[in-house]
This record gives sequence, structure tokens and C-alpha cells, in this order.
Amino acid sequence: MSDEIRVTGPGTALEPREEDGGILADVAERKASRRQFIKGVIASGAVASAGAFVFGGLAACSKGPPAASGGVERLLMLKVNGKSRPVDVMPNETLAMTLRYKLGLTGTKLGCDRAECGACTVLLDNVATYSCTTLTHSVRNRSITTVEGLEGPNGELHPVQQAMIDELGPQCGFCTPGQVMSGVALLHANPKPTREEARLAMSGNLCRCGAYDHYLNAVMRAAQSA
Amino acid sequence: MPKDMMAAFELYQPDTVEQAVNLLTRFGDDGWAMAGGNDSLDWFKDRIKQPGHVVDLSGIGAMHGVRQMSGGGLEIGALTTLSAVNTDPMVRAHYALLADAAGRVASPQIRNTGTLGGNVSQDARCWYYRYGVHCYRAGGNRCYADTPQGQNREHCLWGASRCVAVSPSDTAPAMVALDARMVVQNAKGMREIPAEEFFIGPDKDIRRMTVLERGDVLTAIRIPADWAGATFYFEKVADRNAWDFPLVNVAAAMRVQDGMIKAIRIAAGAVQCVPRRLKAVEAVVTGQPKNEATAKLAGQSAIRGATPLNYNQFKIPLLQNLVTRAIRDA
Repeated sequence: MSDEIRVTGPGTALEPREEDGGILADVAERKASRRQFIKGVIASGAVASAGAFVFGGLAACSKGPPAASGGVERLLMLKVNGKSRPVDVMPNETLAMTLRYKLGLTGTKLGCDRAECGACTVLLDNVATYSCTTLTHSVRNRSITTVEGLEGPNGELHPVQQAMIDELGPQCGFCTPGQVMSGVALLHANPKPTREEARLAMSGNLCRCGAYDHYLNAVMRAAQSA
Repeated sequence: MPKDMMAAFELYQPDTVEQAVNLLTRFGDDGWAMAGGNDSLDWFKDRIKQPGHVVDLSGIGAMHGVRQMSGGGLEIGALTTLSAVNTDPMVRAHYALLADAAGRVASPQIRNTGTLGGNVSQDARCWYYRYGVHCYRAGGNRCYADTPQGQNREHCLWGASRCVAVSPSDTAPAMVALDARMVVQNAKGMREIPAEEFFIGPDKDIRRMTVLERGDVLTAIRIPADWAGATFYFEKVADRNAWDFPLVNVAAAMRVQDGMIKAIRIAAGAVQCVPRRLKAVEAVVTGQPKNEATAKLAGQSAIRGATPLNYNQFKIPLLQNLVTRAIRDA
């Protein structure tokens, strides 16, 4: 059994294969290789169908795009982590989706997709923002920084990242990229915050493991080391 | 029902208010004005609202920033973010009440994109309505919150009229307390509306929370000089200190001279569909010494006529205490 899912082309659903042992095996296989699937699709350029697949079929549940009427152009340049990257963005696409499913920057997590958890936090012109509740078209001229853009020239970790390791910040780690970005935004605006200021700055990021104090310790440690 | 993936729409990014007004007027009920997107995108993701044409106002330069008005007072562009309002030196210096209120909205990231205009224009947060049920506010013929089983802990104490939703905004009571004026532009021209008249209850129109109609754009909020540098008090009580909408909030502006309250405006949020100006409190405390006894009287007068639902009786002592504290501690 092949461990890769074949992509037949943009907008084409995966074809069921009888020889793979029926639907259950097919589902298990899809789950196992979801990451390769996404990466493969991004590499092949069939990006629109990848996003639609992951999110339950945009094409299938939309009422169809309105007739062309002078709205925004879909092709745009995004300034992400210091690079200009061309990307084809739908008008109803959020920044989190563009980053994850079109640019392959999966360090930005999607938790609630409702601006209620903070896992998707990225920086827009160095200000912390929920990328799940920002339309990509609205940030065309802004400088976007994701957790992938924090490493130094030689691959060294950002002081906030290093401090989060030293203070045992993450437990499950899902909220960590968002926590890191909030910490980086704080230290950019206020390099020597009080603990109370840091607590306020980190208050837009939930951690279901409850490691809030660890993250707070890490931000204070990063502020001292910087 | 598929969630999270918004239905397709055409997006427009006008540079000027005129362009935005033209677009919104042209699209009518199929158009949608979006500022920070914190309210709009939730509606779209839940597929409860599916406009065909979304007008993204965020690129309109003239609607950003804080300006000094020629006759005194400040004009705050409707697209100024809540973070910017919270930290702006002019707002801080003269209208700390508004700065404090803006700083208590939701979470830091939401304040970084959420706008002042959006905060006062957001739709009702009643969870039945937000869930997409066909209630009165959604055009149906019943209310799901005001039933024997309805969960109405967050709902209103006053002004129920088929709908029992409350004004969810933290900045709205501050606007009322500061006698702010809302600048609204549409195809016919520009008009200025006092904050108190900007918000409307279900008795006037159950489908909207403000006077804004399709084709209207709230462009700025003007704060007159009257209350500049006054004695202010803002307090919000919510289940969590981040994210949550107020259970009750109170905003007060007063002039105190020789320990006497010479003039006062006080308003409370999340107790009625509109920010409730507490005129009884104003009448009771004006000309009185600013002390414990006056504060106690103020708290008692704040709750007159409150009509609780099944699960929100707690809001009555909460409001009473907040008003008492506003008068005593401001």
C-alpha cells in the first residue's frame, strides 16, 4: 500500500481505491499521511484544492463566487518573515489559512478559529494579531512575522523561544507558537515589562495545560536576558 | 452544517468614505461593512450572514487616528483601534474614561485589530441569536432566551421588548457618559448623532442595535470638551478578565468641587439593549457631597425598576455595587 495520497489535480476529489481494502483503510491512510498530503499539494501548486480539502470542501459548500464586479484581485504579494511571497488568495480567506495551507507555514496553529484562544497569533508590523480573524487581503501592505521568522541568521532560537524551553513553558505545546509571538510582541513594544504588564500582554493566549506561570516566567527571563 | 469556512463573497477595499458609501448603497442588503472583522468574520464563519459583497473599510486613511477639534474636544476616527485609543496621549490626558474602557475590551490581540467604531456598532451577543436560531431579532417570532428554560444570565434588566439582549460594548457607556457625538455618512450626506440616540432598543427596531442602516458608515466619534479632564470612573465585571463581554459595566464622568458633585453623567452597559444612562442617579447625587452616604443612595437609585429574568437577578446587586463604588471611589 502506498503511503502517499495521489493528487489528481486542482479541485478534484480523491478517488476511492477498491484495492486498498475499503473505506476504513482509506481513511486511516489519509490521516496518517495528512502532513505529506498537504506538503505535496503545496509543492505541486494545487493549493486551492488543498485548503478546500482540509476545511471540508469550500467548493462544495459555497454558493459560488459572485460574478466578477470590481472586487479585489486574487493574486497578491505578502511580506512574510522578511520575504515577499506571491500567493493566490480568495477574498474570504483568513491569514491563518493562507499561512498554513498556501505558504506551508504550519507553525501558526488554528485552535478555535474564532479569536478566542490565541494559538494563531502572528505579528503584523510587530503587533500581535489573531490570524484566524484577519482577512489576508486586509494585510497586503503589512509586514507579517510568524514563529518561523523568529530564528536568527544561524538558526539560533529567539530569546523568548529559548526562555520558554528553559522555563519548561510548553506542556502539550499546541499553544506555544502563539504564546511565543505574544511574548515577542510585548518585548518589542516594552523591553523591560513588569510581571503585571507581561501578564496583561499574554492574556490573549489560552493554555489548556494551564502552564500560564511557566510562560510568564519565560517572558520575564527573556526580558532580563535581552 | 459546515462551519469555519466562510461562504464566498466579493471583497472591496475602498480608499475613501465616499467610495465605501457608494459601494454599500449599491449593494443594499447584499452588502456588508467590515472594519476590524472581529464581529463580521464570526457571522460569516457560522454562515448565519452570507453577504455577497463585503466592503473592507480598513484602508480608508481618513477614518484612522485621533485629531484635536478646532472648538476643543477630540475627533477619533472610527477605525482607530481600541489599543490606539487606550494608549493615545490626548485621549489618556483628557478622556481617561474612554481610554480605560477601550483597554478593558476582550483581549490584547482583539484590541489590536478591533476598532472603536466596530466596538460600538457590533451586533447583539445573545448566544441564541448568535447560534443562528430564528428568534425575533433574526426575523422570527419568538425569543429563546426569555423562556422558563432559557439561559439568560447575560441578558437585560430593562427595556425588554420581545428581545432581551444587552448592549455588549465596553466603550458605549463611556461614550454616553462623555456626551460623544457619532458622525455618520451616507449617500445623502453627513450627520452627527448624540451617542444616547445612536443606540436603539428592540422597541424601536428589533433588527439593529444602532441607528446605522445599509449604506451608512460611522466615520468618527467626536468627544466634546465639556468633560475633558473630569473625574472619571470605569469598572467592568466579567466572568474572565480577558475576552469576556461585561456582565455589567459602569462609566461615570463628574465635576467635583470642594467635595461636592457639581455635575455628573453616569451610564451602565450590559443591563439593557442600549447603554443605560442612569438619570435617577444623576438627579440624586448632583449638588450632594461626594461621600459614602451619597454613594449608597446612588447605588439604590440605580436599580429602580430593574426587572430580572430567571437567571440574571445577580446583576441587580452587581449594578448597585458598581454605581456605589463609582460615586465613592472616582
